Parts: sequence; C-alpha cells; structure tokens
Amino acid sequence: MSLSQFLSQIFATLAALLIAPLLLGWVNQVRAWLANRSGPGIFMPYRLLHKLFNKESVVADTASPLFRFVPYLIFGCLLLASAIIPTLSTDLPLARAADAIALVGLFALARVFIALAAMDIGTAFGTLGARREMLIGFLAEPALLTVLFSSSLIANSTALKTIVQTVSQREFTIYPSLVFAAMAFVLIFLAENARVPVDNPATHLELTMIHEALILEYSGRHLAILEWAAALKLFAYSTIGIALFLPWGITDGRSPVQMLIALAFLIFKLAILGGVLALVETFSAKLRIFRVPEFLATAFLLGVIGMLTNILLGT
Amino acid sequence: MLSGPPINWVLLVIGAWLAIGFLGIVALRIFGIVAKIFFPLGGLAGFVLAIISAKALTSGVVESRVLPIGLPQLQFHLRMDQLSSFFLLILGVTTVGISLFSAGYFRKGAGTAPGLLCLEFHFFLASMALVLIADDAYSFMLAWESMALSSYFLVTANHRIPKIRAAGFLYLCIAHIGAIAILLSFGILQANTGDYTFANMRLQEISPFWASAAFLFAIFGFGAKAGILPLHIWLPEAHPAAPSPVSALMSGVMIKMAVYGFLRVAFDLLHIQIWWWGVLLLALGIATALFGVIFATVQTDMKRLLAYSSIENIGLLFAAMGLALLFRSYGMNELSALALTASLYHVGAHALFKSLLFLTTGSVLHATGERNLGKLGGLIRFMPWVTGLALIGILASSGLPPFSGFVSEWLLLQSFLFTPGLPQSFLNMLVPVAAASIALVAALAGYAMVKFFGVVFLGQPREEKLREAHDAGTLEKLGMLWLALATVVLGLAPNFLLRFIDPVTQILVGKGLASSSRANGWWLITPTSLERASYSPIYFLLGVALASALVFVVVRIFYHGRLRRSPAWSGGHAWQNARMQDTAEGYGQPIRQIFESFFDLERHLPRPEESEPEYRVVVNDKFWKGLYLPIARITEFISAQVGRLQQGRISIYLLYSFLTLLVTLLMVPGVRR
Repeated sequence: MSLSQFLSQIFATLAALLIAPLLLGWVNQVRAWLANRSGPGIFMPYRLLHKLFNKESVVADTASPLFRFVPYLIFGCLLLASAIIPTLSTDLPLARAADAIALVGLFALARVFIALAAMDIGTAFGTLGARREMLIGFLAEPALLTVLFSSSLIANSTALKTIVQTVSQREFTIYPSLVFAAMAFVLIFLAENARVPVDNPATHLELTMIHEALILEYSGRHLAILEWAAALKLFAYSTIGIALFLPWGITDGRSPVQMLIALAFLIFKLAILGGVLALVETFSAKLRIFRVPEFLATAFLLGVIGMLTNILLGT
Repeated sequence: MLSGPPINWVLLVIGAWLAIGFLGIVALRIFGIVAKIFFPLGGLAGFVLAIISAKALTSGVVESRVLPIGLPQLQFHLRMDQLSSFFLLILGVTTVGISLFSAGYFRKGAGTAPGLLCLEFHFFLASMALVLIADDAYSFMLAWESMALSSYFLVTANHRIPKIRAAGFLYLCIAHIGAIAILLSFGILQANTGDYTFANMRLQEISPFWASAAFLFAIFGFGAKAGILPLHIWLPEAHPAAPSPVSALMSGVMIKMAVYGFLRVAFDLLHIQIWWWGVLLLALGIATALFGVIFATVQTDMKRLLAYSSIENIGLLFAAMGLALLFRSYGMNELSALALTASLYHVGAHALFKSLLFLTTGSVLHATGERNLGKLGGLIRFMPWVTGLALIGILASSGLPPFSGFVSEWLLLQSFLFTPGLPQSFLNMLVPVAAASIALVAALAGYAMVKFFGVVFLGQPREEKLREAHDAGTLEKLGMLWLALATVVLGLAPNFLLRFIDPVTQILVGKGLASSSRANGWWLITPTSLERASYSPIYFLLGVALASALVFVVVRIFYHGRLRRSPAWSGGHAWQNARMQDTAEGYGQPIRQIFESFFDLERHLPRPEESEPEYRVVVNDKFWKGLYLPIARITEFISAQVGRLQQGRISIYLLYSFLTLLVTLLMVPGVRR
C-alpha cells in the first residue's frame, strides 16, 4: 500500500466519520422545516454526542463484559463499512477487502452483536428489541443482497468498485432492473435505518420501538458511540444507494483535487437524499409491527423481480 | 516423520482405533483408564490421520490396496485418492477435538458402561475411515453399515429411557432404508458385469436412463443419511437423545460421509451428468435448507435447534453440489469447480463449528442438567469459557465475516452469480429465486443462532439452580479450543483450506481454484479475478479491531473512562425478574407467525376458570402427519393382512406346502403337457 493510497483512504474514512452526524442533523432539520418548526440546526447531533461523551456511563450490575465491548465493535464494523464503500474514489486500497456480499455480512455482524448486547442485561425491553431487530434483519438482509445482485449482474462483478465504474462510465441509460432494485432499496433503507414507516427514531413508545429498545440500557459514552454508529449506518446506506444508482461524480483517481471535487459531489447528493428522506418520513405514518414483514417482503420481491428483469432483458 | 505410503498409515490408524475399542472391553468398568487414556489416544490417532491425509493431498499420490479379507470372489479393495483424503482430513481434525472433549465428558454410572462406549465410539471412527477408503461396493456397504450400527448404539447410550430407544430405532430404520437404496445404486452401476469394484463401475458406460436411476437411488440413499427432505426426520430425534460428543461426531462428521458418498457416485463413478440432476438437487437442497432453518428458529430444545441447523447446512451443501452438477453437465468446468469448492469448504467449516456447538451444549448440559431453552439463561457469568467458545461457533454458523461459515456462503453466492452463462433460459430464470433463497436462509440462520446464544448464555438465569453452574473441565475446554481454533483459521485464511480442496476439484471436474484465488496474495481470495470479486478476512478483522481500538483510546484521551454500576434501568419499570425476558417460544414467535403454513401448530390456551393457567405451543413437523404416519399405518395394515396367513394350525401350513409344490410343478417345463 503506497502512501498516497493510505492517505486517500484516511481522508475518505475521516470524511465519512464527520459527515455522518451532519447528515442525520440535516434530515432532522428538514423534517422540522416540513413540520413548520424552526429546528435545532444541523450541528445538533454533534452537540448531543459531546454531551453524552461528557457524561459518565451507567452500566447495569448484571451486564457482562460483552455489553461494554459491543459499542466499540459496532462502531468499528460501521466505520469499516463506510471505508469499504467507494464514497469518493474507486481507487482505495480497502475496497478490495470486501465486495458487496461481504459488506452485507459486515452489517449483519453489527446487527447480531447489537442484538446480543440487548439480550445481555435480561430486561423485557432488551429482548423485545433484539427479537424485532433480528426480525427486520432477516428480511432486509436478503432483500439488500438481491438489490446488490441486480447491479452485480449488470457489471458482472460483485466488487462495488467495478459496479461504480461500469455504471458511471457507460452512456446514461435507464436499466429496467435497476429501477426495481432502486425501489426495493428505498424500502430496505427505511427499515434498516429505523426510519418512519418501520420505526420512529423520535419516540420511546414501547409498542413500536425497535432501535431505541436495543440501546435502552446504554448511557454516556457507550450511547454516544452507538448513536454515532447509527449515523454512520445511515451514511453507509446512503452511499451504497449513491454508488449503485447515482455513481456519477465518484472519481477514479486519488489526487487531492479529484478527491475534493468528489467530496463536493457527495455532499450535494447527500443533501438531496436527506431532503427526500425527510419528505418521505413526513408524509408517511408508522406501520404496525406486524405489517413490517409485508413491507420488507415487498422489498425482497422487488429485488427478485429486478434480477429476473435483468436476466430476461439482458440489461 | 510419518514416511511411507499414506494408505498404510490410514490402515494403521483404523487398526489403532479398533484396538483401542477392544481395550475398552478389557477395561470395561475402569473409568479412569478408559476416559483419561483411551479417548485421548484415539484423538492422537485422529491427529495422525489428519497429517497423513494433508500430506497425501498435497503430494497427489493415489494408492490402492487389496486386503485378503471379505468375500471369496470379492476381496477388500481399498483406495485413497484426493476425495478420500480430503474427507479423511476433516475426520481427523474433528476427531482430535471431540476425543479430547469426550475424555472429560463421559461420567461414571450413566447408561452404558464406559468401556463399551469406548468400543462403540472408536468402532464408529474406524468405520467412517473405512467408508472413505473403500473401493468396492462390498467393503463400502460393510463399513457403511457398521457406521450406522455403532452410531445407533452410541445414540442409545442412555437406553433405559424409552424416548431415547424410540429415537434410536427411528434412526436405525431410516439408515437401513437408505442403505438399501445405496445398494441398489451400486447394483445399477456395475451394469450386469458382476464386478463390484469401483474401478469397474468407472469403466461402465450405462444408458442415461439407468444412470438417472442410479443417481436417484444415490440421492435417496445418501440423502437419508445426510438428512435431506423428507428423510430428515431422524436428526431432530437422534441428536437430543445422543450424548453430546456423539451428536458432535454424527452431525459434524457422519453426515459428511453421505456427502462423500454422493460425490463419489455423482462425479466419479457415473460417467455422464445430466442437467436435470443438478436442478433436482438444487431444488431439494434449497427446500431442505429453508425448511431446516425455519424449524431451527422455533425450537425450544437446544440440541434440537442445532439438529435443525444441521439440516439447513446439509441443504446448502446439496444446493452447492447441485449447482456444480449443473455447470458440469454443460461442460463449464471452471464454474463447476467454484461451486464444488463452495460445497467442500462448507463441509470443512460445518464439521468444525457444528461439532463445537454440540460440544458446548454438552458442557451446558453437564453444568445445569437442562436442555430446555426456557430454563437456561445468563450462563455467561458462570461459564465464561464455554460462552466464548460458543460465540465463535454461532458467528461461524450464522455465516458472518470474518468467520468460516461466511467463506463458503460467499463462494456459493459467487457461483450463483455466474449462472446467467448457462445456455438454457429456463435455468437462468431459476437463478434469482435460488440465490435469493440462499440469502434468506443465511439471514435466518443468524436469527436462529442469536436465539440459541442469547437465550442460553445471555440475560438472567431463568432458574435459581443455574447460579451453581460451573465451567467445563480442562480436557473439555481443550477439545473445544481445538475446534474453535480451527474454525477461526478457516475463517481468516481461506486460501489455506483451498490448497487442500484444489486437488479434489481437479480430479472431479478437472479444474481448481487455488492458483487463481491465491494470485493476489494469501490474505485475499479472488475466485476468478480481482475485478470480479475479492474478499480478505484478515483486512476485515484488522479493520474492525483497529477502528474499535482507536475509538476506545480516543474517547479516553478526549473525554474520560468513568463508569458506574447500578441496577438495570429498563425504562423505569421498578419490578423486573428473569421470567420477563423473552423465552425461546417468544423469540420464535415472529417466525411462527410469518411462516405459519410450514408448521403443524398445537396451541393450548388457558380457560378463564383454570386456577393454574397454562399456555403451551408445540410446533410439530408436518412431515410426521403428512407422510410418516400414513406410511406407518399402511405398513401396519399390510402386516396385519399378511399375518392372516399365520393361523398357527399345522393343517393350514401343510396346505401351504402342498399349494407351493403344485405351483412349482406347474412351472417346470414339460409338466403342463
């Protein structure tokens, strides 16, 4: 690994780390605007993280070492995921470490550990959250894989790098299979990031909560790390969407100028995506938990139809 | 070290196992000697076997022997080629861990005498090794049957419990039905030459019709041993009944013998492959995998859960082999090698992690006396070693990177993505469905494993007596550590095992994966090309570890590391107890609801006037009522009809003799005139 490769990888990873909370702040800000409120500003997640890091961590007596170790592990998983996805450049060394399937595996690893940590204390809420998270996971994970397969079939490769290069370098055409895949991806995106039709990040209502139930027993720095990891997950999923469906602007090189231009493109695209996400969330109502499997089964089916279209039409 | 022809060494190991077994009879009730000396010795023999077969694989020597035992016309033909060596390697490595564990596991005074167990256990090992080197149908069937019998006696080690006897009987019954099918398959393969050596079968060019018949018999026969739908029924009964090391051996190694036998017949003995064989196998495999994993998620007995998970894994294995057959039938040998590699990798990975998981259930069973998930919980505080080792097992079993289960799943999905190259559009349409089902199975496996680990080891102890649970003994720990270590190595250095798989795919389909996979460094696997796909578990581990460590340090530098212990908060609910945690039933509830049509549910709901209300859900296998009970009823009916012939009066029997004589006379030419 040469020095310039190393530096560009560090740059991309740091960018992911810093932009992630801003993206969350931006979504919340737009949601506030849409609800006719003035909103806390896009730097609110940073303030929240700072506050939480300053607080002491209160851990249940009954917690095992696993409980304290998990936040760091999850943060590590999601940071690695953000580093693997070609967010700015396709010429980064870590891109080879994992292809799209391994990336899904990385998300699954994080999910399994957060579910285990939630079961560790042995409270009713924790186990409930773990069960619901795994329920969403086992439906969303194969759906995400089918979406990625649709793109893989076009690029003849499961390496995200090659997928981005293939799609962005070809003449602009609308691939019918990608349309289905994109629809499926939106549904998965909402479910995996605990957004409105599936989960509501703003409430702690026991009948509905999923993500909040998982992290209910965490506080202080552990909670801060998990919140940051959640922001990273939102960022990672957004950039997967960008890489699969809107890859224009991701550079092939790794010179500072190219990276900065790519960064500008990325921020622009994320801003639009965040706005759309806020719009979707504002206009939809929370589903009952029993309807969530149907919601995700739809995504799964759309993904399969995407692959089928690809094989039928050859594109 | 260990020079000389490998096959001699294998025979020596088989001899050693048999000798240890008979020594067990000599020291029938001397527990100390049997447990602390004989079992570790058996493990040592397993270690030798592993080294020998690894050497044989890399050197590429194929050797044959003819032993002057057996039938007068047909002596024992033995042959050790790459396919045998690979499975011997798996057998050897797994045996080391299981034998060490067994040395610490078996207790005095429970069921069968220790010496007898020692005999059965080592007989079982020896017959599995013999299955792998057998080179004619007779010695194969002999080894196959002694494998079934010795494992039957091991399953029924606690034969005083009627349920265990019933489970053992079911196992034996299905094993024998399967054995008949295998025998028929061999019968077709020898093509009326009367020569039952495998060498002769390879030479026969039988018609596609008879080849298909042999193939179908092979699927049925080997599928019965492996647990393919609908012959899976014995696994969830036999595994909970057997002692844990025996379950480990059966689930980890024995069902792989069926995979071996199937590969031998389908790729080696049969000279042609027809495309619909692959499709059939793929469909069967996926159905089995889906069925197994869905049932695994709703189980309430930890060993039953693992048994269903084994059914799932066997399904994945057969799906991968089906894909390999499909590619092979169209002459796409490189892709066939890829799918076959996925399958063989999974053989290795599953042998190790499933044995490990069954062994951990053994330790839990000894420490708590409970198999029921609803009465376990919180063992991480009392059994930290077993918990840690089980964690490695479940992560591998869930197919998560950077563990071993993921590598095979990854290779399998990669090979699925090549199927658009198949020349039939009908087959191309199958692919998305198959690939999506595999993805669903993998995700559900994660669900089942989180349930297993979370309910057994995490949370609060659901019973007071669990607080007295103790960790596993030294030998048990050593055995599990060995398997865990091998699992981790397989996960982190996939190219290491690929080196041993390569010779196998070379002889079966003429292509190998190892050189292209290693081309970009040992840490990176690239089955075809770097542009197409690459995966590096080492980078994975380092990346996650580095990022985790960094954030740990940075938080302490910029902020603080203060920590306070307090009672669990739980959203402010003041009164909490261990029974409020999700039970195994609760954890399986979403799956029960989503896949309701798969199950035969028995719900018992309490009535309002009951003073001690009871709620119970029992999930049954639909195959019992739908298939097995009708078959049993028909069999009983026919037996009853046949029974009418037996009147018990001598005059009737004389009449039978007279009639028989009459009929035979009529058949003699010339009499009718």
